[in-house]
Amino acid sequence: MSIHDTRSAELEATWRDPPGLRGVLSAVNHKTIGRRFIVTAFSFFVAAGILAGLMRLQLMHPGNTVLGPDRYAQIFTMHGTTMMFLFAVPVMQAVAVYVVPLMIGARSIAFPRLNAYAFWIYLFGGVMLYGAFLLNVGPDAGWFAYVPLSGPAYSPGKRVDFWAQMITFTELSGLLEAVIQITTIFKLRAPGMTLNRLPLYVWSVLVTNFMILFAMPAVMLSSTALIMDRLVGTHFYNPAEGGDVLLWQHLFWFFGHPEVYFIFVPALGFMSTIIATFSRRQIFGYTAMVVALIATAFLAFGLWVHHMFATNLPELGKSFFTAVSMMIAIPSAVQIFCWLATLKTGRLVMEVPLHFVLAFFFILVVGGLTGVMLAAVPLDLQVHDTYFVVAHFHYVLIGGAVFPLVGAFYYWFPKVTGRMLSGVLGRWHFWLFFAGFNLTFFPMHVLGLLGMPRRVYTYPADPGWGALNLLSTVGDWITGVSFLLFALNVWRALARGMPAGANPWGAPTLEWATSSPPHAANFPRVPLVRGVAPLWLAEPYAGHVRGLADTQREVLATTVLDAAPDHRMIMPTPTIWPFLSAVATTMLFIGSIFTPWAVVWGTVPVAVALVAWFWPTRAETAEHLALEKRP
Amino acid sequence: MSDPKFEPGAEPALPIPDGDGGTDLDVAVLPSFGFGHRSLMWWGTWGMIAIEGTVFALTIATYFYLRGQGTQWPIAEPPPDLLWGTLNVLVFLASAVPNQAAKRAAERYDLAGARRATLGCAALGMVLLILRVFEFRHLNCRWDTDAYGSVVWTLLGFHTAHLLTDWLDTAVLGVMLCTGPIEGKRYVDVSENAMYWYFVLASWLPIYGVIYWVPRLPPVLSP
Ligand code: HEM
Repeated sequence: MSIHDTRSAELEATWRDPPGLRGVLSAVNHKTIGRRFIVTAFSFFVAAGILAGLMRLQLMHPGNTVLGPDRYAQIFTMHGTTMMFLFAVPVMQAVAVYVVPLMIGARSIAFPRLNAYAFWIYLFGGVMLYGAFLLNVGPDAGWFAYVPLSGPAYSPGKRVDFWAQMITFTELSGLLEAVIQITTIFKLRAPGMTLNRLPLYVWSVLVTNFMILFAMPAVMLSSTALIMDRLVGTHFYNPAEGGDVLLWQHLFWFFGHPEVYFIFVPALGFMSTIIATFSRRQIFGYTAMVVALIATAFLAFGLWVHHMFATNLPELGKSFFTAVSMMIAIPSAVQIFCWLATLKTGRLVMEVPLHFVLAFFFILVVGGLTGVMLAAVPLDLQVHDTYFVVAHFHYVLIGGAVFPLVGAFYYWFPKVTGRMLSGVLGRWHFWLFFAGFNLTFFPMHVLGLLGMPRRVYTYPADPGWGALNLLSTVGDWITGVSFLLFALNVWRALARGMPAGANPWGAPTLEWATSSPPHAANFPRVPLVRGVAPLWLAEPYAGHVRGLADTQREVLATTVLDAAPDHRMIMPTPTIWPFLSAVATTMLFIGSIFTPWAVVWGTVPVAVALVAWFWPTRAETAEHLALEKRP
Repeated sequence: MSDPKFEPGAEPALPIPDGDGGTDLDVAVLPSFGFGHRSLMWWGTWGMIAIEGTVFALTIATYFYLRGQGTQWPIAEPPPDLLWGTLNVLVFLASAVPNQAAKRAAERYDLAGARRATLGCAALGMVLLILRVFEFRHLNCRWDTDAYGSVVWTLLGFHTAHLLTDWLDTAVLGVMLCTGPIEGKRYVDVSENAMYWYFVLASWLPIYGVIYWVPRLPPVLSP
């Protein structure tokens, strides 16, 4: 055993999460939390997919009776809510929890215990919502819960309260993740990874998290006001007492439009990563790509009003926002042309991840075109609330985010598990998904133009919508089969997939420099970075970091712009307190649905748990003091 | 691509030839914590400030939005009494003194000083919380009478939540400074906690202006 191997084994023991039940509840390693986060998010995707299947079953024929109106309302609300709040946004942050520290050459994520807490909060929020749904108190006012429908007068009972509290859970988790990930990217990069050597995926995560920081508070505020209107008799949305219903829409879409970009921007990062690797060259126009990402984020905030064209805003204002809606096409076009240039000049390797990425181009052209159509006020008024809109946003969300995400899943699966997925099954999955998806959603454009409204549990036979709806349902079945193949592929790979090795795709970024699955400390020796695509350099690194403790979770903090070494710091060890704090927080949130006093007594256990979490032990402190050096 | 330049924070880290070609960088000589934007805590704290500042800004925007909906503001009630809120402004401003003292003491590793100043902050925080109770009682409205009452209570409520959390933080930190265990990064905690306290203080000034003075604007400026 060489000296490196002994040290590496010692490091592994230092950074590993404890075994057994205690390990389950007290893990803090970002890879453990990231894996759980990803699995949880995909489970919600499956749940929402099953709900979608039920809707398609109901809509298969005119006058169908599989689902009644009340059940249907709960199901479309649960589907939309799950997809947006429990799947699409969290899954993007979840992938980042796993991948970003590896990609920037860090041994840990920043604030690992908070990271664990954010995961538990997310999990408990989702489980609460599904518990309520199974008890027939699932929300039923649509995924954006417009007042007055969602207000106390039209939605008595607890259904909308569960929806509003689910928002509190998921946004708390999302906001904490934003802080964690921004800090990680700014402060924990390997020495030499200056900001202009930051991989484009990490840029996309950074930009997304900044958007989250400023947009998510709006939905927390709007849902808090909603739940207070419902539970303690405030009047934010009650016009009879000086409130206003449009206030909801303003606050909700101040968040809701950027939200589409929380999903879309990380997907752009997947695109850049996968395209570079399988074109065997760096992305054309790195600086233009970064500028485009940042511009997209700024424009996204200007877009919120376009969801409200059907309301009576001043006409001039509407024209301004039409212009902004159209302008967002510019940074998107810049990125698309950079990718096309990369693909054109690269040596393409047609592996499965690249298939999913190429599908993006096709689907986004369709989704983007219908989006530009919707950005025009007259047309939006025409098809507003029809299936045209349902078709449009599924093209954008699935084409723009789910396809790249699944591509990213195929791409990083070998890193996470150490096993290869089967390319044959992967190609079957891809083609069936692509065909099924188009068959499901393309007919919906036509249905919308024919006048079929969205959010109806059934429809009569005479407008002649039956055939297209049947086609759409068959498309959904094909999609379903494709994902069964996906599940089979994953199961097979875990059971007896080919070992992946460190870098099966010949990719350029740092996560591929370590073993698959990665060492508990990520990098037994932290590299000194010398380029944006280190593994494609003849000499990948300028050298390595030495002098970090092997027996402590010690990491190196670097400066924000230049990633110059700044100081060492010791990351916290596993503990059960984040889990217990999340349990206490959950009691507070759920309790407050039933009595406002829960906000008072519920804070006591939360405070106790948080103090216990942060209180240092003497043993720990002694170990830290041994390595301490004052600045 | 050129070789990376290393400009370590405090002292130069030593380049050492690496067995396999490159040059190793020995970081054992680097400090084990840093103040201000060098520390991760600073970034975490600013992240929270960005989030909470956005919440305050949006709540104030909501206040003005609702104010623009009618012709009367407050809708049916007298404006809040000035006394308690104004007193709170004064105490808040006074709290900057021990707060700054705590930050300074921490950055000089002066344990006794940091302990005194932090406990002083906690004591003033207690005063602020007690005054807050009187503020609520003299708002002259209830949260459930009309939208004006709802938004005023919410605004004051949000700010109180921050006051309460940071008071708890400060108190716990104060106790920890008395009982130990102490290590270097505790001083960073004290310094960051002081920064967060400034945020709670600074956010009170606009919120105070909105709650207490906007209802008193002369009729020409009414909605
Ligand atoms: C193949 C999978 C999917 C199918 C078959 C499907 C099907 C549907 C259908 C039929 C509706 C319309 C409900 C109605 O208006 O009556 C709907 C609504 C919706 N879907 Fe999907 N969907 C799928 C995937 C997704 C994904 C991946 C997302 C997001 C990432 C998503 C987000 C939404 C949203 C936000 C709504 C609106 C819910 C509401 O009206 O409140 N869907 N979906």
